[in-house]
Amino acid sequence: MPEVIPADSVGLVEPKAIRFDQSLPLNCGEQLDSFQLMIETYGELNPARSNAVLICHALSGHHHAAGYHSMEDRKPGWWDNCIGPGKPIDTRRFFVVALNNLGGCHGSTGPTSHNPKTGKAYGPDFPVVTVADWVSSQAMLADYLGIEQWAAVVGGSLVGMQTLQWSIAYPERLRHAIIIASAARLSAQNIAFNEVARQAIMSDDQFFGGRYLEENSIPRKGLGLARMVGHITYLSDDAMGSKFGRELKNEGFSYDFNVEFQIESYLRYQGESFSGSFDANTYLLMTRALDYFDPASEYENSLSNALSRSTAKFFLASFSTDWRFSPERSREIVDALMDAGKDVTYLEVDAPQGHDAFLIDIPRYMRGLAAYMNRVAQECL
Amino acid sequence: MSRGDFEIIRDWVSPGSRVLDLACGDGQLLHELHKEKQVSGYGLEINSQNIEACIEKGVNVIEQNLDRGLGNFKRGSFDTVIMTQALQVMHFPHLVLEEMLRVGRQCIVTFPNFGHWRCRLYLSAYGRMPVSKFMPYTWYDTPNIHFCTFRDFESLCREKNYRVLSRMVVDQSYKSGLAGRVWPNLMGEVAIYHLTAG
Repeated sequence: MPEVIPADSVGLVEPKAIRFDQSLPLNCGEQLDSFQLMIETYGELNPARSNAVLICHALSGHHHAAGYHSMEDRKPGWWDNCIGPGKPIDTRRFFVVALNNLGGCHGSTGPTSHNPKTGKAYGPDFPVVTVADWVSSQAMLADYLGIEQWAAVVGGSLVGMQTLQWSIAYPERLRHAIIIASAARLSAQNIAFNEVARQAIMSDDQFFGGRYLEENSIPRKGLGLARMVGHITYLSDDAMGSKFGRELKNEGFSYDFNVEFQIESYLRYQGESFSGSFDANTYLLMTRALDYFDPASEYENSLSNALSRSTAKFFLASFSTDWRFSPERSREIVDALMDAGKDVTYLEVDAPQGHDAFLIDIPRYMRGLAAYMNRVAQECL
Repeated sequence: MSRGDFEIIRDWVSPGSRVLDLACGDGQLLHELHKEKQVSGYGLEINSQNIEACIEKGVNVIEQNLDRGLGNFKRGSFDTVIMTQALQVMHFPHLVLEEMLRVGRQCIVTFPNFGHWRCRLYLSAYGRMPVSKFMPYTWYDTPNIHFCTFRDFESLCREKNYRVLSRMVVDQSYKSGLAGRVWPNLMGEVAIYHLTAG
């Protein structure tokens, strides 16, 4: 609820739906005859069309990365601390494009969209998209916007996979790849967490095999549980300890199984608010897309071979207490890039916040990213 | 602005070669090598201000602690591995050297000489660990935990069967004088060694 829009904010922004009436062949063998992507843009595209930056989103993100939709908004976009005039991704210098991925539930074509073949929502019939499909659709978006080459493709967490895929599939279409707190593929542990989340959703009796919308219902419990598990992995043990400790919600124990500890209350709140705003089929799709991604698998399990064609310069950062995508996972990418002789810069930031650190103003991280983006901007002229 | 030891090192690095600079500081050496000799490569550093300075210069900097080793680099993946003025801060200097010569075909290493006459005089006159403008730390609070003399270093090279390709002995302002050439272990303040595995 900003009384006044801060000077370093992109201000009031409006999302835009872009329709594509071209078919998009998907990895799974199916194709979408037409689709829509929801986007937001901040800043101006320069005459040379060389200053465009693509912001992809992670699991539960969307196109609203910065600014406010109205003066009534409680919070700005999800990466507002990084995007804006004078911020590391400086909208006075860059034309920033953020989108909702295909299969999403914030306006881009996905399971909640109308299926032209049946006249009903796609629901579980929406094809399983992959990271490569996302990037193909983003390339079509770049064509639509008249952007031949991105100055940078940027993002944290699972977005790093989309950035990697960009540099492998369209090496000539990006100059810089910025990958924060990510991994080149999910580990067995990561997949295990995704599976728990999916099982929570699919075993909810309101799931109806994915056709809950037709039943006028939502698998609220399952989706909430999935989000609770997710939130545990986003925070470090220390961060959770210092935020909640063993603090009780009420005075003394009540000797039952209602909310006793603050951490329970926090997780339930996160689960409930998420389940009211996110689509369960989208959650299944997105986690699956991430499970599948493994660019090295097509190159004899060598990530450096997979990256050999890429011409982008890379910037990576990781956070010491991130256990969802630990620094080791980022180092795997850095080592592969060095092995392939690519330009790469890597920061390993000491931060107590866990995986969530990538969204937080940590001075060292912000300064490093800003210094790098400054270089990217200098090349745009 | 270029440091004197950098000028010497520059002559020892082949144009267009692949270099790894350990504890690369603000990235000045790599920046110069890239600009003047089209050298490609990476700098490893842990100081955050230095890392930012590298990013500003466009130097490929990797945040990596050398005491954790160079296990992430394959054998012979660089032409030259360089370490300037950092050998004395390593926990295991001999292992670092071994790693440098595994990862690189050659290595260049510079370090201060604890056998310099001023150190010897300080120690014998005051009976205390030398403190100077060049080595300003007290013994209990110093990053320099493994000082050695030239003679110590060369005996390690012999023991490990490293071949010294070239050696320069210079004073604090990185100038090479006659006295340093005649009595290196007494007159030289900084040593610059160019090594290869024997």
